[in-house]
Amino acid sequence: MSKQSESKHTTEKSSAAFESERASDVQIPKTRAQMAAENAKTAKKLVFVVIGMLGFSFALVPLYDVFCDLTGINGKPSNEAAVYESVVIDESRTVKVEFITRTHSGMAWEFEARTADIRLHPGEMGEVEFYVRNPSDRDIIAQAIPSISPGTAALYVNKTECFCFKHQPLKAGEEALMPMKFYVDPQLPKDITVLTLQYTLYDISATVKPAAVVAMNNS
Amino acid sequence: MSTETVNEAHDSDDGHDAHHEHHIPKGLLRWLFTTNHKDIGTLYLWFAFIMFLIGGAMAMVIRAELFQPGLQIVDPHFFNQMTTVHGLIMVFGAVMPAFTGLANWLVPMMIGAPDMALPRMNNWSFWILPFAFLILLSSLFMDGGGPAFGWTFYAPLSTQYSGDSTALFVFSVHIMGISSIMGAINVVVTILNMRAPGMTYMKMPLFVWTWLITAFLLIAVMPVLAGAVTMVLTDKFFGTSFFDAAGGGDPVMFQHIFWFFGHPEVYIMILPAFGIISAIVPTFSRKKLFGYASMVYATASIALLSFIVWAHHMFTTGMPVAAEMFFMFATMLISVPTGVKVFNWVATMWRGSLTFEVPMMFAIAFIVLFTIGGLSGLMLAITPADFQYHDTYFVVAHFHYVLVTGAVFSIMAAVYYWLPKWTGKMFDITLGKWHFWCSLISVNLLFFPMHFVGLAGMPRRIPDYALQFADINKWVSIGGFAFGLSQLIFLVLIIKACRKIGEPVSDQVWEGAEGLEWEIPSPAPYHTFETPPFIK
Ligand code: HEM
Ligand SMILES: [Cu+2]
Repeated sequence: MSKQSESKHTTEKSSAAFESERASDVQIPKTRAQMAAENAKTAKKLVFVVIGMLGFSFALVPLYDVFCDLTGINGKPSNEAAVYESVVIDESRTVKVEFITRTHSGMAWEFEARTADIRLHPGEMGEVEFYVRNPSDRDIIAQAIPSISPGTAALYVNKTECFCFKHQPLKAGEEALMPMKFYVDPQLPKDITVLTLQYTLYDISATVKPAAVVAMNNS
Repeated sequence: MSTETVNEAHDSDDGHDAHHEHHIPKGLLRWLFTTNHKDIGTLYLWFAFIMFLIGGAMAMVIRAELFQPGLQIVDPHFFNQMTTVHGLIMVFGAVMPAFTGLANWLVPMMIGAPDMALPRMNNWSFWILPFAFLILLSSLFMDGGGPAFGWTFYAPLSTQYSGDSTALFVFSVHIMGISSIMGAINVVVTILNMRAPGMTYMKMPLFVWTWLITAFLLIAVMPVLAGAVTMVLTDKFFGTSFFDAAGGGDPVMFQHIFWFFGHPEVYIMILPAFGIISAIVPTFSRKKLFGYASMVYATASIALLSFIVWAHHMFTTGMPVAAEMFFMFATMLISVPTGVKVFNWVATMWRGSLTFEVPMMFAIAFIVLFTIGGLSGLMLAITPADFQYHDTYFVVAHFHYVLVTGAVFSIMAAVYYWLPKWTGKMFDITLGKWHFWCSLISVNLLFFPMHFVGLAGMPRRIPDYALQFADINKWVSIGGFAFGLSQLIFLVLIIKACRKIGEPVSDQVWEGAEGLEWEIPSPAPYHTFETPPFIK
């Protein structure tokens, strides 16, 4: 201990000179107790930052959704039916809309678009049918999730009718044709000439509310 | 009047100290209950070294499997567990604890403080760490194996295609996170409150500066990692759908949240390295560091920019062009302050009286090789090019240059530089040189050819590869084994040093070393700066 207080920085001056320089310094050394209290105070402030950032990480979830709804950049189209009213058809150009279907892993259904792609003018109504069959031996409730590529086009695809707006229950061995009607907004940026609309079918029987299952059995 | 106060403080401190000195418990209990920053620093460093060897052993499994094309040694699922746990251990178990260990040892000594600000919390933040890794490692022995989804645990790999051990993975990441946050709070409070009189911010050694900024980064982003793993946990086990499209979630959002943590995290692993190199280069150049203030500002701007570049890891997820352009240019912007740093180190060496002691050799290797890693990063930042490079060995080459020859080399440089101060004895210089040259040659054989197979299209995280990559992979694996073996030289050297075998050193240790830690005796006494020094 004593060795250390003799270390270089103090031995360079006489100890009196050192003390006087010390005295003129505004910072008076604090006692250990004062120091500890001050440290605890600073630490507490930092803990609030930690809690704030943890909250922020969860706030990112709704923020992400809002951001993507506004900009449409994650390719999620609207979940609500659009109304086809006084839409001006832009006959100066055509866009090609392609349809891709897939089932989520573990989902046994057959699922395909009856039309692989269609060409239409922005503003013109298009209609496509999708075929599904439940070849398994149990009743399954499915949900189709759409995704549009390029993502920015999602804002311009307006569906007036879509099977993806609700659940699709199919009993074992049943099949069905599901319609989808849509138009592409004439505001669609000029550089987009091809759109891909993909549907993924998920098995949601396990998570869907019992009421829906009852409704299915009665139908 | 104030002089008296000072004297009183001295007296009571001395009395207290003498009292302390008598009561260092012996044996295991000393280490279990210690609140001394030097003890805790030692614990962290040993822990990091052991984790480095365990994570390294996993890398040996990976390289053994990739020695030849085809599947020969381990099955693909185990291979995936090895890449995953190797990454997690090296990031959270080796590099980060090693830097925290160095901070514990050095920050109080460099700013003239008697200890860390919150010594008891310091003890906790270390001792929960071994449990986190015990949990992670034990998950490898569970039915269905340990985590196999990559250290980035992308959903839905981690939420839908993973085993039950995911719960253990989440739990252990939580513990690691809590430990780093406590460590970071301790560093910030110590630096803000405990600097000796006269130690203004712009007089602090750069290691202290870089750690202060790193600690703020940790406090900002470790909670985000905690949030991400929690969402994975609830998605997997409790029926939420944060990342599940069927329930209205979005798997791409996982990547946004993860990389919002992940990119600052890579700077957490490199900023302290910048501080270390900025301490070593001036010593062995016998010149002052060139551009001290610009170093501080460069570090701060790197830290700020690191929050707005995360999506450069996600160029291929189908972002709009405008977003890709933004993240491309923001990423390239970071290389400006990084370049400032490299320039300053080189300018420090310019016309200095250079000598090449072992720490300096590692520091120079760092400067050259880290720069190579920075340049490959710049290539990856070019969005259209990244569509080709993404998820290939080129990315593996990039981040191993910045992390192994960057972060890990800086840690080794730091150990060689300060070890004599810690033990009072010079380490075995011959062994040190062997360690350096063996590591330098093997590490380049290991990682440099990865650039080429990556550009030629070899994907990362796959246990097999196309035949045309066979020759290069053979050499890479040989480099890998050689690098692994070279670290055993380091182990022997450290054990010898801890047993205090070697020539005694002076207080200053290295001619040309400057700073408070070189003014106290060697070995550094158990308690230092009980009386704050005065900095002119
Ligand atoms: C000039 C500075 C840097 C630039 C421009 C840069 C750029 C990039 C880019 C664009 C990627 C994504 C590549 C892809 O996945 O396709 C990447 C990956 C990565 N970088 Fe850097 N980087 C830089 C410095 C660093 C530093 C200093 C570190 C760490 C110390 C680092 C660690 C990583 C890691 C770990 C990954 C891969 C993550 C993963 O996918 O597992 N980088 N870097
Ligand atoms: Cu990054």
